[in-house]
Amino acid sequence: MSTAAKISVRGLNKAFGDKKVLDGIDLDVMPGTAMVVIGGSGTGKSVLIKCILGLIEADSGSILIDGEDVLKATPARARALRSQIGMLFQNGALFDSLPVWENVAFGLLAQNKISRRDARAKAGEFLAQVGLAASVGELSPAELSGGMQKRVALARAIAGAPQIMFFDEPTTGLDPIMGAVIDGLIVDCVKRLGSTSIAITHDMASAQRIGDVAAMLYEGRIVWTGPAASLLDSDNEVVSQFTHGRREGPIQMALRR
Amino acid sequence: MNAVLSPVAALGRAVQNVLGLIGEVFIFALSALSHLLRPPFYWRRIGRSVMEIGYFSLPVVALTTLFTGMVLALQAYTGFSRFNAQSAIASIVVLSVTRELGPVLAGLMVAGRAGAAIAAEMGTMRVTDQIDALSTLSTNPMKYLVTPRLIAGVIALPLLVAVGDILGVMGGYLVATLKLGFNGTDYLHNTFQYLRTDDVVSGLIKASVFGFIIALMGCYHGFKSKGGAQGVGAATTSAVVSASVLILGLDYLLTQVFFSS
Repeated sequence: MSTAAKISVRGLNKAFGDKKVLDGIDLDVMPGTAMVVIGGSGTGKSVLIKCILGLIEADSGSILIDGEDVLKATPARARALRSQIGMLFQNGALFDSLPVWENVAFGLLAQNKISRRDARAKAGEFLAQVGLAASVGELSPAELSGGMQKRVALARAIAGAPQIMFFDEPTTGLDPIMGAVIDGLIVDCVKRLGSTSIAITHDMASAQRIGDVAAMLYEGRIVWTGPAASLLDSDNEVVSQFTHGRREGPIQMALRR
Repeated sequence: MNAVLSPVAALGRAVQNVLGLIGEVFIFALSALSHLLRPPFYWRRIGRSVMEIGYFSLPVVALTTLFTGMVLALQAYTGFSRFNAQSAIASIVVLSVTRELGPVLAGLMVAGRAGAAIAAEMGTMRVTDQIDALSTLSTNPMKYLVTPRLIAGVIALPLLVAVGDILGVMGGYLVATLKLGFNGTDYLHNTFQYLRTDDVVSGLIKASVFGFIIALMGCYHGFKSKGGAQGVGAATTSAVVSASVLILGLDYLLTQVFFSS
């Protein structure tokens, strides 16, 4: 199964000092599949995707993209493998020193694929794909609402036509309607590009809207995988407690005084 | 025994931390400089950084050097008039400004203005994931954010100091002619009589080094900042303090190199 997977993670470990965040993660994401990783705050969901992206160095294990281990590849090859990944950050992470259009076309401009005039026009097309007018391109990111910033960040993520897309808490901080709108755009974009995706979220409604498959991260390990549609019906005690938000159960919140 | 050794252990740890920090800054600088000759080159970023570090610092540097030249002329007059050596004032002003005060004061002013701005911008980019976002868009953050600023620092500060030198001399000239009753032509003649090319060039070389240090400290502390708004504030303070201390320390070393013989 792992040989056919677009992304295959095996025995991935990451600790920060004494705190072991990822403890032997095994995860396969098949081509064209939308995987949703759920789990409590601070359980290492963001660390997992940052390890795959190379933003955090994993301690050990393997991360295979198209069958090639990025942790053992040469730096140039690892960059090439990772260049097919588009990322939507939790807070958008738009470059506030640049206008919106330049944010959207940043990847194209950075690789000298396109002139600035063409990039401005192209940015308008990507903004249209996320439901924004081309005139928004002239604004600064600080002038946009949270929902609009997420849309612009999504437009920036899809501009490079990535084969793999990561979404970090795509609906956090948005009202339920805007959350549903962003989820709809994510599903549309991923389908249009035929991408494989991994989204991390606490939002069960969002997880079911954007995910084909779900995985539960708990105590540094993937403790359950299954169809995203069955999240709320899972027999797994950890998943059941988390998805229904019950205080009692195997998940004990660490309280610090 | 522990009570005796604990201050020694604390001293050892402090020395270890300082050496570790120096090594880290050195590697950071080398990493940024390694991108100098490798494409792509971000000319637009370099131009913008020259504007931010140089052009927008012009008012504060101009005022500082102008008033410094004025004060120098006044102080030199009150001191040298006791020995009937007033004619040396012009030389004192021009040599002090070009060799020392121009580059050092411009450096300190730019460290406070542009160095702090670089650290704050970079620190905010770090804590809001913008630097990580650059990596995901196939852009090396060191190449895009740090290298252009280092180049800009090396280019912009000598230009600022050249302007500052002229204004400093002009400040001395204004005080000498308008307040102290010097003849303008004689003052200018005395100004250029003992001024050598080395005096100006050494000041401009110092300015280049200071520009590099200011940009490096701003980038390093901003790049490594963490912990939200408080972390960004701490990075900004560290950038200004470390750049200022290094400017003063390096000024002594460079003066030793240029003029000890």
